[in-house]
Amino acid sequence: MRSLYRNLAGLIGFFLIWEGAVRVGLVPELFVPPPSEVLSTTAQLLGQEPFIRDVIATVLAWAIALGISIAIAVPAGLLLGSIAWLRTATRAIVEFLRPIPSVALIPLVLLVVGGGPEAKITLAVYAAVWPILFNTIYALAEIDPVLMDTARACGTSRARMLTSVALPHAAPFVFTGIRMSAAIALILVVSTEYVAGASSGLGNFILEASSGGTNMDQVLAGTVVAGVIGYLINDGLERVGRRMFRWNEAVGEAAK
Amino acid sequence: MTQVTERATRLRSQAAAGISGFARNWLVFIGAVAVWELATRLAASVFFPPPSEIVATAGQLWFSGPASQLFLSETVFDHILPSIGRCLGGWAIAVVLGVGLGTALGRSRTGMEYVGPLFAFFRAIPPPTLVPVFMVLFGLGPGMQVATIIFGAIWPILLNTVDGVRSVDSVKVDTARSFRTPAPYWIGMVVLPAALPKIFAGLRLSLSISLILMVVSELIGSLNGIGHQLISSQQQFEFPLMWSWIVLLGILGYGLNAVLLAVERRVLRWQPTRNDDA
Repeated sequence: MRSLYRNLAGLIGFFLIWEGAVRVGLVPELFVPPPSEVLSTTAQLLGQEPFIRDVIATVLAWAIALGISIAIAVPAGLLLGSIAWLRTATRAIVEFLRPIPSVALIPLVLLVVGGGPEAKITLAVYAAVWPILFNTIYALAEIDPVLMDTARACGTSRARMLTSVALPHAAPFVFTGIRMSAAIALILVVSTEYVAGASSGLGNFILEASSGGTNMDQVLAGTVVAGVIGYLINDGLERVGRRMFRWNEAVGEAAK
Repeated sequence: MTQVTERATRLRSQAAAGISGFARNWLVFIGAVAVWELATRLAASVFFPPPSEIVATAGQLWFSGPASQLFLSETVFDHILPSIGRCLGGWAIAVVLGVGLGTALGRSRTGMEYVGPLFAFFRAIPPPTLVPVFMVLFGLGPGMQVATIIFGAIWPILLNTVDGVRSVDSVKVDTARSFRTPAPYWIGMVVLPAALPKIFAGLRLSLSISLILMVVSELIGSLNGIGHQLISSQQQFEFPLMWSWIVLLGILGYGLNAVLLAVERRVLRWQPTRNDDA
């Protein structure tokens, strides 16, 4: 209970400092409006249909992108993780594709698939595939050999070993990868909307609001909403993960 | 004696495996480039020039300078070096702030309760959405870009440092206390070494975020830099040029990550069990 009060105190303290800094004139009000104004703009925007439509467009693109990346990366990771020669054969390609910052591909993707929702989904998938893929491969490499040997000694079939030993072991790591990818996919979706001036979406809303330079309250309101979406996604996945993998002690340790 | 020879043999076989692995990686890489070359030549799409053309354009672009500048062209000094400087500069500031603040918060019992949710929220904000705010605050220029990079890169470092500092073994805590270890030694020789693996995981994540944000901030509002060149070459339909910037960014991402990994391996050599997650 006490920690909840402290959480709230921290949040309120931050808003008070922000409000004070603007009111005293440390930050020009035109550039950074006080939180009271930003929050009321946020509430107002949430009642407007076009804004809600933008939010839905962003969240939908994010969800589709994450779904596609899971559908690509988990099977690919299982394949690469369990077949050694395939892993060696593709390592160089993977190692040279991965470090390309996904945003560097924005201009190319815009040319090839256009500026529609496909562009942001393509880019988000490109960026979100790697953490899931690497966590899956890593998880399969880390399986305790004793577990595998025991299963083999009991005459377990290869398919059964994959489903009953390897998959349960890998699942928490894969889930950690999915959580990292979820955050990255959201960044990519919003960035693409912002950079490419997509026809809808939160990033596009921020771009349009900022183009005049006078609607900074709307820009910040958009940022707040984007932050809340990101927070809800992260927190929600963390909760789901904790519930699903209660039996596994590695979840707490797995990378954030 | 036998142990020594055994060790030498093992080292030798490891080295051999390393070299053959290295050679195989490069062979596969060369094969992939050859396939890429063939595929693009067959497809003959303007969007996808063959790699040989990209390399020729890139060489022309970057290495056409006079000998006094080590053959580096003006582009390198006008766009590439400033970009790398902003990326590494912003990242370095984020590292100092993140590790410092993270250590302090990790040691304090109540500190994180006050700021934890706030920081979790900040981390969840996609940093590019703050570009307009930084743009009006700092103008079009390096200030805005560095601010964006710091804002994006600091949270993984800070939160991982807090985690790492918290995870110091309680036996170590008690031992240090019973010896009345002075605070500077305690932080520098017990807490930070114990937190280093976690901190490095945060550093790697934030370095790739820095590179991403460098490109995004330059795509949006910049007068020079790699991202600016990238988008202007796309707008002028100079596709081989655009590809050479993409390739450069890939090399940069690979190089920065490789350097950091090498540093990490060196710094964390004493660790008995290295877990390579994140």
